Amino acid sequence: MAKFQSLQEAVAENLRDGDTVAFEGFTHLIPHAAAHEVIRQERKDLTLIRMTPDIIYDQMVGMGLVKKVIFSYAGNPGVGLLRRMRDAIENGWPRSIETEEHSHAAMANAYEAGAAGLPCAVFRGYLGAGLKEVNPSIKSVTCPFTGEQLAAVPAHRPDVAFIHAQKASRRGDILIEGIVGVQKEAVLAAKRAVVTVEEIVEDFDGMHPNLCILPHWTVTSVVHVPGGAHPSYAHGYYDRDNAAYLEWDKISADRDLFTQWMNENVLAVGPEVFAARVQGL
Amino acid sequence: MNGFTPNEMMTIAAARALSSEDVCFVGIGAPSAACNVARLTHAPDITLIYESGTIGTAPEVLPLSIGDGVLCETAVSTVSVPEMFRYWLQGGRISIGFLGAAQLDRFGNINTTVIGDYQHPKVRLPGGGGAPEIATSCKEVYITMKQSTRGMVEKIDFYTSFGHGEGGDHRERLGITTKGPTLLITDLAVWKPDPETKEFTVVSMHPGVTREQVQETCGWKVRFADDVEETPPPTELELTTLRELQARTEKAHGGKKGA
Repeated sequence: MAKFQSLQEAVAENLRDGDTVAFEGFTHLIPHAAAHEVIRQERKDLTLIRMTPDIIYDQMVGMGLVKKVIFSYAGNPGVGLLRRMRDAIENGWPRSIETEEHSHAAMANAYEAGAAGLPCAVFRGYLGAGLKEVNPSIKSVTCPFTGEQLAAVPAHRPDVAFIHAQKASRRGDILIEGIVGVQKEAVLAAKRAVVTVEEIVEDFDGMHPNLCILPHWTVTSVVHVPGGAHPSYAHGYYDRDNAAYLEWDKISADRDLFTQWMNENVLAVGPEVFAARVQGL
Repeated sequence: MNGFTPNEMMTIAAARALSSEDVCFVGIGAPSAACNVARLTHAPDITLIYESGTIGTAPEVLPLSIGDGVLCETAVSTVSVPEMFRYWLQGGRISIGFLGAAQLDRFGNINTTVIGDYQHPKVRLPGGGGAPEIATSCKEVYITMKQSTRGMVEKIDFYTSFGHGEGGDHRERLGITTKGPTLLITDLAVWKPDPETKEFTVVSMHPGVTREQVQETCGWKVRFADDVEETPPPTELELTTLRELQARTEKAHGGKKGA
C-alpha cells in the first residue's frame, strides 16, 4: 500500500547500503530528485541498474556510492560520453566500479522478465556481438520447438525501483503519459518502489482510461516533488533542459569542478529546489 | 547549386537513399538529420521510429536525444521500450536501421564500445544501446559517418554490432537472416558492399572529391567500383531544407535554460 512521505523518509526507509537499485525513465521522467536524495544520504556499495546511466548515474558514480553498474548505453544522450563513469572505469576515481554491459534489447527484456516473475529473458539478440564474449551473464538457449539459438539473460530483480511520474491520485495510483519507457516493468520487477510525482490529484476521473499504469498497491512510497525530473522532462509539465545536458559535459570533465557543483547543487540543497529549476522550461 | 559543405553533402546523399515506403529505425546524430531531410523533401510518408518507443514521428526540430518530447508529440503511436524492442524491432517490422559509428571496418562491423582492450580500455565509449539488435533485426542497415583514419580502420577494437563479420557469407553462418549493411554514406563518397566479398566499395564520389582524398581518410585499402559515378550535388530544395532544419534545431536547443 502506497505511503505518502517526504523524499528524505522514502529514501531512508527503502534503500539500504549494498542494495541493487534501478532508477528508470527513458530520457523522459528521469528521477533526478530521488537520486540526489540518495547522494545526500550517502548510501554505499550500490549496484545500479539502468538502460542509459546518463547524468544521475554519472553523479552517483562520481560521488563514490556505487560498486557496480548494469547498463546498456553509458552516454549523455545526444551530447557524448559520461565523464565521471569513464574516470571510474579508466582510472578508478573516486573508486573502481564493476560493470555488466548489455544491449538495450537485453535490458528491456530483463526488466520484463522480472515483472513477469521469470528467472530469465529469452530473445533474438547478440548475434555476432562482442558483448557476449565479455559478459558471462549472456548465455544462449535452444528453442525446444524450432531449434533456433536464442539469447538469454537473467531477469532484473532490483531491491528498489525509483521512478518519476506525472500524477498520483490521493490513493497512490500512478499516472504516466508520453514516452512510457520501462518504468512499469522496473516497478513490477522490484521488491520496493518509490515514485516521485509532479502533482497529487484527487482521482483520475475524466482522464483517459489507459493512463494509470500502476495501481497504488504496487507502489511502496509516493513523494510529491514538482520538477523532480529536471533536467529530464515531464510531458505536459516542462520540457527537457537540453542546455543543462550540454553544460554537464563541461562540469563532469573536471574532478574539482564536479565536486564543487555537487556540493552547491546537491549536498547543500533539498528536493524543494527542483520546482524553481523547471520554471520557464 | 552554390557552395555546400562535405557534411551537408553526406546528410543529403544519405537522405536520398530513403523512400516514403521505408520504416526506419533512426540513430541519433547524422542519421537523424538525414532521415528528417528525407521526410521533409522526397519521402513525406516515411515512418521514422526512435528507440524511445515513438513510432511515425515528424519532429519540427532535430531531437537532441532519442527521447525528446517532440518525438512523442508528433508520433502516430508511442509504445513502451520493451514493446519497441520485442514487437517492432525483433518482430521484423523495420525495413532500415540507420546507424552512425565511432569505428567501422571494411565489412560494416561497428565499434562504439571501447578503444583498446575491453577490460582495460584506453577510451570507454558509450556502448551499443540498441545497435547490436538493430544491426541484425532490421531488414537492412545504412551507415553514415565522416571519413577519418581513426574512424575507418583495418580492424575494429570491439564488435559492438555485427555487419558482415569477416565478409562473404559470415552472417548466414551465424544464422542471421537479414541483409546487414547495404549502404555507407560518408562526407566524401557513397559505398556499397561487393556482392560476393561484402567489402564496402566506393560506387560514387561527391562532387570535387578525388580518389586520393578517399584513400587518405580511410584506414584500409579502398576498393573502387569499375564505374565510379559522381554524386549529384545538393539541390536548392535539399540544401535549404537541411539548413532550415538545423537553424530551427539550434534555436530550440540553445535558447532554453532552467533557473
